[in-house]
Amino acid sequence: MRFMVMIKANPESEAGVLPSEELLTAMQRYNEELARAGVLLAGEGLHPSSKGARVRFSGGRTSVVDGPFTETKELVAGFWIMQVKSLAEAIEWVKRIPQSDGEEGEIEIRQVFEADDFGDALTPELREQDRRLREQAAAQAGDQSAG
Amino acid sequence: MGVAQDVPSTIDAVWRIESARLIAGLARTVRDVGLAEELAQDALVAALEQWPAAGVPDNPGAWLTAVAKRRAVDHFRRRERYERKVAEIGRDLVSRPDPTEADLVAALVDDGIEDDLLRLVFTACHPVLPTEGRVALTLRVLGGLTTGEIARAFLVPEPTVAQRIVRAKRTLTSQQVGFEVPDRAELPERLASVLEVIYLIFNEGYTATAGDDWMRPTLCEEALRLGRILAELTPAEPEVHGLVALMELQASRIGARTGPSGEPVRLLDQQRGRWDQLLIRRGLAALERAERLAGPPGPYQLQAAIAGCHARARTAGETDWIRIAALYQVLAQQLPSPVVELNRAVAVGMAFGPQAGLDLVEQLPGEPALAAYHLLPSVRGDLLARLRRFDEARSEFERAAGLTRNARERELLLERARGCAPAG
Repeated sequence: MRFMVMIKANPESEAGVLPSEELLTAMQRYNEELARAGVLLAGEGLHPSSKGARVRFSGGRTSVVDGPFTETKELVAGFWIMQVKSLAEAIEWVKRIPQSDGEEGEIEIRQVFEADDFGDALTPELREQDRRLREQAAAQAGDQSAG
Repeated sequence: MGVAQDVPSTIDAVWRIESARLIAGLARTVRDVGLAEELAQDALVAALEQWPAAGVPDNPGAWLTAVAKRRAVDHFRRRERYERKVAEIGRDLVSRPDPTEADLVAALVDDGIEDDLLRLVFTACHPVLPTEGRVALTLRVLGGLTTGEIARAFLVPEPTVAQRIVRAKRTLTSQQVGFEVPDRAELPERLASVLEVIYLIFNEGYTATAGDDWMRPTLCEEALRLGRILAELTPAEPEVHGLVALMELQASRIGARTGPSGEPVRLLDQQRGRWDQLLIRRGLAALERAERLAGPPGPYQLQAAIAGCHARARTAGETDWIRIAALYQVLAQQLPSPVVELNRAVAVGMAFGPQAGLDLVEQLPGEPALAAYHLLPSVRGDLLARLRRFDEARSEFERAAGLTRNARERELLLERARGCAPAG
């Protein structure tokens, strides 16, 4: 299973304040641990929202809004994609993410859709297609001469 | 405490993260992988008994290690008493000096745990064990899978897997297999044994079909995880990166491999929009790591390079067949096999025209290994059809259809045969 792990922003990250040397080193070590466990698929940090933009869709038209955006705690500051066996395992890994002392923070974990997951959604259509193919094959089997 | 924090799931997760390191550290101290695994299991049992009431400890790995250490000390104390008894009866036993408690405590620190993990990898995959034993033991001590999970993944009864693991542990003891990383001279052969086990696990998962137990396709993820772990433990070994690259690239196509009715779709016919670009990027990166290391490429790296050629082509028409043909030529020297030669013939046929491919294929039929292999007449049929020799092509497709045991494959081949019938 894959999970996207998102570190939420805080006023410092939005202000473009780089984490302390200590935290950066700890993060580096954490990323190495993830890689050494064969769990890390991808991971990146995101620039503050002041460098970003939003595109709004309404009535067939688009409008662009430049950052920064105000709801700091809801913004994503960085993410990982992890390959693990369960949500519980993702949670265990996330608990080990190094934090600055005393700081409050939130990290969100969301499961990533994979090819298999779409199976159920496609079933009604596929069942119909499958039924037609079977009928076709049965008809052909009746038509074919021996050999 | 919400749903996601239920203790049994957490214990499973902690086990998956910690067990291999735990077993590896114990194995170095007690010098017996079987015993180490049992001590680790004891710690797991203790966790299952105590954590539901006491809560999951802040550092679950350290908790398990501490419990396992105590069990190890108990074990040696009991053995001491046993051996004193035996000595009393006057029997001569050759015994190695047992570690003292201080030794045990000193040994089970985190430094050198990567080395221990590597020792565990080599030991679990030791060539003295039969393949099925290596696979079961590896999935157990390195993958942290339960006997039941391994059994379901390989479609064998659970007691069979339990027996394989027991026998493997016994063989390691009776053959006095040490807990060591092999020396330089032995390394290539021993590493080959490890890679073979990992790739075997991958292929078992890769050949799983829809409707199989869900544990089966997870074998691909398991193998990828083990390969990635190994790549970090042995970063200077190109074939390890080669194998990881091959698995990442093959896995990237899993979503495109079956059609809407569950029929297999050949690589060249797959919808490339369904290929997993994340895995492709990782696979190409692993391939690059292999290529940057000195020395001629080994078979995994070569196969990965071939897979890389396909991955880089945005459409089947953009495939670099000349490069693939050249890679197969080198691979054929390393891994001489009629199947490799057949694949080379296909690539040559795409790169230099069907006649060139056919010339190579004509050299093959004598190979006894290919007599019942349906792909040989299938490839011949394809090349003949491209040369507009339709009568011969049709009989080749019909021959191939007769050789394959897969019903959908047979339908596809018969359809191709019908496509070669003389136009009305």
